[in-house]
Amino acid sequence: MKFLDSLSIPREKLAAFQLPAHIAGTVAALLGIASLVFPWSYSHVALDDVAYAGAPSALQFNYLGLAIFVAVLFAVPLVVRKPGKLRDAVAWNTGAKFGGIGLFVVGLVAVLAIGLETGGLVNVDPGGWIVLVAGILALVAGLVLDPSPAPSMGKFKTPRVVQILAIALGLGAVLMAAAFALSLDGAGAFLFYLVFAGVLALTLVRTGVFGWLAQCAADNKQVLVLAAFVAAFVFPFTQNGSEANMSIATQVLIFSATALGLNIVVGLVGLLDLGYIAFLGAGAFTAATLSGSVYAATNWHPPFIVTVLISGTVASILGLIIGTPTLRVSGDYLAIVTLAFGEIFRITMNNLDGTDGPRITNGSNGINNVPELSLLGFNFGAPHTLLGVEIGRFANYFWLMLVVLAVIMVVFVNLNRSRIGRGWVAIREDELAAEAMGVNTFGLKILAFAGGAFLAGLAGAVKAHHDVSVTPDQYVFLESAFLLAAVVLGGMGTVLGVLVGATILKLLPEKLRFFSDYRLLLFGLLLVFMMRFRPEGLIADERRQLEFHAEDEELAEEVEEDLINYHDHYNPDALVKEELK
Amino acid sequence: MTAVAATPEASAASAPSVLLDAKNVTMQFGGLRAVNDVSMEVKSGEIIGLIGPNGAGKTTFFNCLTGQYKPTAGSVIFDGQPLPPKPRRVVNAGMARTFQNIRLFHNMTALENVMVGRYCRTKSNALDAVFRLPRHRREEREATERSLELLAFVGLEKQADTLSRNLPYGDQRRLEIARALATDPKLLLLDEPTAGMNPQETREAEDLIFRIRDLGLAVLVIEHDMRFIFNLCDRVYCLVRGEVLVSGPGEVVQNDQRVIEAYIGQPAVMDEGNADA
Repeated sequence: MKFLDSLSIPREKLAAFQLPAHIAGTVAALLGIASLVFPWSYSHVALDDVAYAGAPSALQFNYLGLAIFVAVLFAVPLVVRKPGKLRDAVAWNTGAKFGGIGLFVVGLVAVLAIGLETGGLVNVDPGGWIVLVAGILALVAGLVLDPSPAPSMGKFKTPRVVQILAIALGLGAVLMAAAFALSLDGAGAFLFYLVFAGVLALTLVRTGVFGWLAQCAADNKQVLVLAAFVAAFVFPFTQNGSEANMSIATQVLIFSATALGLNIVVGLVGLLDLGYIAFLGAGAFTAATLSGSVYAATNWHPPFIVTVLISGTVASILGLIIGTPTLRVSGDYLAIVTLAFGEIFRITMNNLDGTDGPRITNGSNGINNVPELSLLGFNFGAPHTLLGVEIGRFANYFWLMLVVLAVIMVVFVNLNRSRIGRGWVAIREDELAAEAMGVNTFGLKILAFAGGAFLAGLAGAVKAHHDVSVTPDQYVFLESAFLLAAVVLGGMGTVLGVLVGATILKLLPEKLRFFSDYRLLLFGLLLVFMMRFRPEGLIADERRQLEFHAEDEELAEEVEEDLINYHDHYNPDALVKEELK
Repeated sequence: MTAVAATPEASAASAPSVLLDAKNVTMQFGGLRAVNDVSMEVKSGEIIGLIGPNGAGKTTFFNCLTGQYKPTAGSVIFDGQPLPPKPRRVVNAGMARTFQNIRLFHNMTALENVMVGRYCRTKSNALDAVFRLPRHRREEREATERSLELLAFVGLEKQADTLSRNLPYGDQRRLEIARALATDPKLLLLDEPTAGMNPQETREAEDLIFRIRDLGLAVLVIEHDMRFIFNLCDRVYCLVRGEVLVSGPGEVVQNDQRVIEAYIGQPAVMDEGNADA
């Protein structure tokens, strides 16, 4: 907001233009709606085909939704002139401001994407240009508008049924949006949709609707978690047996699970680990060795439950081996040592090929032909039909990973909310004081290291079967860097943040193949922007947020209020009741 | 204060016995002897003062006792056992401290700060926490209750859910004492507990320390406020340049010429042969 204000003209001079701005914004949004009557491009290639006059594509219907929403935001203050419950509940002006800017960004992306995908702006049809003009008009109108006072919507008392319904609808919308995003083929269309979703989310946040949703979610945490898992569980049914998308989704889950393990080390204890991928690798190599593959060094093939536990244990032993000597150093030194450890792991796996060392991993060829999982007689490789939808191989692994992820989330949350979690926070805040208060700082750091490694090992065991082959070059430094980026981007110390960060970092490269050459450049830029504008991550842990904004008194008060809610769990009476149940 | 029961260990040692017996403690940093041959005895239930000008080695001596430093020579017997060289083992043995410059966990609430102090007296491990086993629940409940008691004891019961960074300065000092008390100490080491306090707050701190003593704890306190020290302490040690200059009851130390000289210097003697003395 401050950044935005510095761009625009002094507020006093704009006071007279509020009414024209509302009108102009409404007209701009209506113009955007009108653009759907015309084709946006000659070509059927661009944006997954936007060439039909009068018959908008699915993508264009999304744009229609946004335009209507923005039109309402601009128009309502014109109709409802007096302050009142409706006027105060929603931050109309602030929402319209961001909606207007968003309409411009979306329009710009649409035109550029059409131009790029068809080889020139000459292929943009009148509809496309109208979208851009509407965007520019909305941008100007939005910049002129005064921001409105904070919306009161978040403080509404809502009946529980409505809250739960809102959660269900919200998650349903997220599920549909995810399914739709994955169904888009063209990179341009995907990028357009991504920008659209971002703009819509930001506008909703600014209008205060998210504040209300967040309150609903906070009041019904268990319902939310349950509903989220149901939504994730239902996801394969939306894919009509599309194996490619399910594979991407499973990879996202594996990546998320590993990032959650790393989040214990980085987010909760505050240690920097740059070689974390090695623990995923250790789990994968162990599981592959025990999988009964013809390339494996041993014929012993225990049931998967045992394999998973052994994989986790091997990874955590590795964590102990690396942690015990290195956790005596801290900060940059620890980062360098762990970075080196990650490389040592990869090179060692490369050398266990029978010439440079014992034959365990077959060197750079890795362990191939890892057989499909079979749990309790259920073969994960075989597709089967459920409720009329074909559930393929990857959907099976997706569900398995969902269970593993749930386990990891429970471990993460329960550890965080215990004496161990308090000890970790204390170490992060002031290690010397923590030690002087009797906290076993070294032991807790080792526990975080080994525990995080164990979780990564679990994910690795599934990954070995999902990928069919395990080779050392999957576990390069770059992957560790991406894991860390997911944690930092999403929000250190939170579950949801890391899920979001991991999804963004894994999904984007899969869908936007055309920019794979610039992947690193773009992620670098993204991280620099994050550090500048939101160092605590997209979804921030409250305490962490305070650490990054030490001077912000208002924020401190807010966090305090939320921590009181959190302390309901510590309320002795509540605990007694819980035990009586 | 009835809210806080005396810890079992403390009540068992109600007959005055030597709790802390430091003999000839020396701490040498390279060529600098910060603490030189200091001996000190603290009996249970005593309040001992440690005074001395800036740089006399008071805090260094504290650090030697609490395991932050390992003394280069000498021995420390605490409660009949030689003192372990690790801070957290020292806490386990029953010695807790506060810091000269407040070192609270600033982004934790007052209650959470005190609960960190309970860490060393609780046993539940990662498995207990992950599966929410009975031991975790019981300890969590007990730690919360005990911490709330201690907050009430120092007068912060209303601020339990306040982030410690948002507490006023005097309250932060008291919270630090509550956090130290949460470790069930037999000996409490306070490093300048009234630094930066106004007279009213100082009187409250005095009262608090007396109440801590009444729980059966011994208190060793570093302070510059002489009235505070001489009101409070059974015995006072005066440390100058790393050595014990005088020790004994308050009045004796207070009137000792050498102590006055150490603080404000000798009267200038206009003697030609000794002009720069």
